[in-house]
Amino acid sequence: MENEGYKTHISRQFNDELDQVRSHTLEMGGLVERQVTDCVVALIELDVSKAEEIRRNDHIVNAMEIRIDAECARILAKRQPAASDLRLVLTTSKLICDLERIGDEAGKIALHAIGLAESGDETRGFVEIRHLGALVGQMVHDALDAFARLDTEQALQVAQADKKADLEYASALREMMSVMMEDPRSISRIINVIWALRSLERIGDHARNIAQHVIYLVKGKDVRHANLTEMADSIKD
Amino acid sequence: MAKLDTSPKVDLSSLGRLTEPRTLADEKICLEVDNLNLYYGKKQALQGVNLNIAAKRVTAFIGPSGCGKSTLLRCFNRMNDLVDGCSIDGQIRLDGQNIFDKSVDVASLRRKVGMVFQKPNPFPKSIYENVAYGLRIQGIKSRRVLDEAVEKSLRSAALWDEVKDRLNESALGMSGGQQQRLVIARTIAIEPEVLLLDEPASALDPISTLKIEELINELKSRFTIIIVTHNMQQAARVSDYTAFMYMGDMVEYGNTDQLFTNPEKKQTEDYITGRYG
Repeated sequence: MENEGYKTHISRQFNDELDQVRSHTLEMGGLVERQVTDCVVALIELDVSKAEEIRRNDHIVNAMEIRIDAECARILAKRQPAASDLRLVLTTSKLICDLERIGDEAGKIALHAIGLAESGDETRGFVEIRHLGALVGQMVHDALDAFARLDTEQALQVAQADKKADLEYASALREMMSVMMEDPRSISRIINVIWALRSLERIGDHARNIAQHVIYLVKGKDVRHANLTEMADSIKD
Repeated sequence: MAKLDTSPKVDLSSLGRLTEPRTLADEKICLEVDNLNLYYGKKQALQGVNLNIAAKRVTAFIGPSGCGKSTLLRCFNRMNDLVDGCSIDGQIRLDGQNIFDKSVDVASLRRKVGMVFQKPNPFPKSIYENVAYGLRIQGIKSRRVLDEAVEKSLRSAALWDEVKDRLNESALGMSGGQQQRLVIARTIAIEPEVLLLDEPASALDPISTLKIEELINELKSRFTIIIVTHNMQQAARVSDYTAFMYMGDMVEYGNTDQLFTNPEKKQTEDYITGRYG
């Protein structure tokens, strides 16, 4: 399936509708990606105003999800899409759900950033947050890129990166536990950090979901509960 | 934890066309149907129908066989005048003028309100003469004017490229889909205001059907189009507004997106979901 395929229907309106759903999804993706990058920065820099801005933007993400979903429903009702068109609409509907959840997690991280900023300026755990944040931020970016370019190779790489993110998360947790054992007074603060780490780990999972949707979109194979080897097999021609 | 200003100031202007569906209230109205009752002898075929047709939009009538949708369509250019025992009360106003008024000349009404039928019915003449026919009846003789009008109409009907090298061949040698587009070209050659389409694609194959639908979509910038179709999906694809009729009643009428995603009446829902028994 190729990108240009969307533009070859006899009905130009149908072309436009599919194209629009795609571009709106990418637009929503762009906003969510920015939210993820910003929430990590807000937390590390203890920047309350940036964190509040992220909280506000979350409403836009939510509204976009609803609008795009309504557009998908409209296309299903009016056009009865088939084959790759059907997969595009189904995929989009699921993909925006993951995007919205990523947005929620970014909002939570922003909330923890505000909590942390208000309880002092100690930065233990921030290195871990920066590492994991950079990793999952790249995953979100790559997953959206794979969707835009219908690139299954890249989608597979995102799924592989999720394994790395899980390992990072586990090691960051161990690190935080030893910090809490050494200095019990830091516990309430470290709990905020752990929650933020947890949110980042979830963002990685959602990025992996998006990558799996992309493989379904392009290849028509549902790899949602497949392991990495099965996924790699599914994208071979 | 911190208190936040989370009042939703959502700016969705960047989402382009994803706006609220259009409603009839925003439209310029071309045809007003006012309490229209129609009887075939004693049988009442339309029961107090009221609706406004938006100008330069596509309006579809759907409903089961015998619900009165074709009858209503044929009222718009007084085709029912030809039916024995047919009587009508109520009004249909085209640009404010009641078309049933005694002062209205039926021939001139039909120039303003053109019609295309289910089966393509080209005249047994050349492609050129088919399209030029209406203009010749109007007394236009200039070859140049006719040539221009024929080309423009055939282009508008997305047929020009297929027939430009055989304009003098018989129209009967064309495929069904081409014949139907030719008939549409013939109808729009005289620049009507309203185009009535009675099942325009039901005798055509799927690809020709899609071509007709795409044509309808292109023509709506110039004409007010009303289409009757048995094919609900077609109504969904081509129309801006849809009216669902049942047993001579207008059950539901509104924005097509709304009607096909969330109809107000249960009867409509049952029909469009195939539960109607």
